[in-house]
Amino acid sequence: MFRAPMSEDQDELLRLYGQMQRIRRVEEECARAYAQGKIGGFLHLYIGQESVGVGAIAALRPDDYVIGTYRDHGLAMAKGMPARAVLAELFGKATGCSQGLGGSMHLFDAEHHMLGGYGIVGGHIPLAAGVAYASKYQGNGRVTLCFFGEGSVTIGSFHEALSLAALWKLPIVFICENNEYSMGTPLARSLSLEDVSQKALGYAMARDRFFARDVLEVKARIGEAVTRAREESEPTLVEVRTYRFRGHSMSDPGKYRTPEEIEAQKKLDPLQKARDALVAVLGEEKLAALDAEIEAETADAVKHAEEAPEPSPDILEPTTYVGEFAR
Amino acid sequence: MPQMNMVQAINDALRLEMKRDDRVVVLGEDVGKVGGVFRVTAGLYDEFGEDRVIDTPLSEGGIIGTAIGMALYGLLPIPEIQFGDFIFPAYDQIVSELAKFRYRSGGEYPSKLVIRTPVGGGIRGGHYHSQSPESQFIHVAGLKVVCPTNPYDAKGLLLASIRDPDPVLFFEPKRIYRAAKGEVPEGDYTVPLSKAAVVRPGKHLTVVTWGAMLYEALDAANQAAQKGIEAEVIDLRTLWPLDIDTIVESVKKTGRVVVVHEAPKTCGLGSEVVALINEKCFLHLEAPPARVCGFDTPFPYTLEMEYLPLAHRILPQLVTTAQF
Ligand SMILES: Cc1ncc(C[n+]2csc(CCOP(=O)(O)OP(=O)(O)O)c2C)c(N)n1
Repeated sequence: MFRAPMSEDQDELLRLYGQMQRIRRVEEECARAYAQGKIGGFLHLYIGQESVGVGAIAALRPDDYVIGTYRDHGLAMAKGMPARAVLAELFGKATGCSQGLGGSMHLFDAEHHMLGGYGIVGGHIPLAAGVAYASKYQGNGRVTLCFFGEGSVTIGSFHEALSLAALWKLPIVFICENNEYSMGTPLARSLSLEDVSQKALGYAMARDRFFARDVLEVKARIGEAVTRAREESEPTLVEVRTYRFRGHSMSDPGKYRTPEEIEAQKKLDPLQKARDALVAVLGEEKLAALDAEIEAETADAVKHAEEAPEPSPDILEPTTYVGEFAR
Repeated sequence: MPQMNMVQAINDALRLEMKRDDRVVVLGEDVGKVGGVFRVTAGLYDEFGEDRVIDTPLSEGGIIGTAIGMALYGLLPIPEIQFGDFIFPAYDQIVSELAKFRYRSGGEYPSKLVIRTPVGGGIRGGHYHSQSPESQFIHVAGLKVVCPTNPYDAKGLLLASIRDPDPVLFFEPKRIYRAAKGEVPEGDYTVPLSKAAVVRPGKHLTVVTWGAMLYEALDAANQAAQKGIEAEVIDLRTLWPLDIDTIVESVKKTGRVVVVHEAPKTCGLGSEVVALINEKCFLHLEAPPARVCGFDTPFPYTLEMEYLPLAHRILPQLVTTAQF
């Protein structure tokens, strides 16, 4: 059968669809493992929001930095962390990216310049500014992408970070993933304005605001901010409108939003939208083959996480201090 | 008498005091419409309205800072910090402002409030949902710290904390929020602050503990009893100012003491307890005071059950101390 040659855009869309689908499948497996008690504590899924991280990170060079919140599995995978390392960490296994000591909210990968997930909301935003300062100082041309939710905008560290980044003209993009809820609190009950990007105005910082429905558009719009950071050393605050399909964490009964609202949002799923667009050009068979490949990779990562050993207690001290300390 | 768990007992105390005293307001993240992540404030929003049960944005410094301001002019705020681990963005307000207000204003402004927050491990929460930060607040003069271990005490101690003239941090051990059940009187009563409870009498050694580790200490004590060692277990209940008299009385009798706490060992409250025992009844000691504690590391995700001073770690120390 004849197929029109793919444009560059379609190649890129296929690549980004693959990333989003990998993240979606890995996280669906996380939810299952959590229900089985194989993953403990608090598990925050990115399901519904994948187009933000995947699109934004696609606009980066491999040596650029990414730093985010506890909702970090998708960011880490988009930045290059293998699914095995992610799942093993969530299962608390020694082969996890943080040797099983951190769990879901602590995905670090020095090789891929993934500077972690953070459990204290807002705590990482000033750190991101510091990372950007180091890049500027070292003249290495690297850009830092700092992700957070709209809930972080109400804590002081957010403002301190933006204030410094603007003052020092740092090569950084602050990405506020506005999924409309900070845990059970809708945006209108936590912020005095609706347009979060306006927070940039007080710092005389560039800003942008758009919906994350099309992963290629996310890439292009974040790309503009990345260029501003890299070429002019100017920070940007970007508000990306998105929606999480699951609860805040796995232990959230989610009674603060209606099933109708969630269903309506699921119809706009950017992952499905990307798939539909690709099927229209490439045909279902090609996409089904890719999905099957991703299925096998996911199954392999789950198996790996299940079989990997737990860390030994001996690891606690050397990961706290280097060298001896008083006992 | 109704049976309650800790969550219900604390909820009951809040409701009772809000009815009795219209200065009382509750504020925090998702405490209103949602009723709190652990449901401790459930129903209060419907009963008392949004001016008294205030949903705040994510803003710990703002929550505590505004609560201090409210307290200066006649309100009695009971802010909730969703997890004790998230209290540190507000640490500056607590340490620099709240703790020093009475002193700094020559006694003119007591700045009375009660900060409620769940603490401790045992729910696989990892570093940011498990810590026990009591000594970081006890070290700051001007704050009282309370930590109940059962529903009866939870209600009575919370009511006493609200009515005490000083600022109180009320630490709720989340591991036993629902597991610890018991009879709780309807209506008003208080459990006095700074009064420890001898939960299990014994003559061979004294165990001082608090929070969720009380149950581990009791478990270890019961196992020790099978080896002929009778441990006296003391639940501090109020961590600061602590009831040193009850501890000293017990140690004078037993001559031996083991302190058990979840927080890391170094500079934990156990250090102060041991120092006070040394100062007040050194000549009665027949064994070195011992501590069984969390490790001097961040609170781990996977190795939680190694880190916590559970019965299997307490028991050998009871035997060693008893046989010293
Ligand atoms: C300092 C601090 N306060 C409170 C919390 C508890 N908490 C975790 S996430 C969250 C809501 C954050 O919402 P948002 O920033 O919109 O991000 P989202 O979860 O929607 O991705 C809250 C209240 C925390 N982790 N840290």
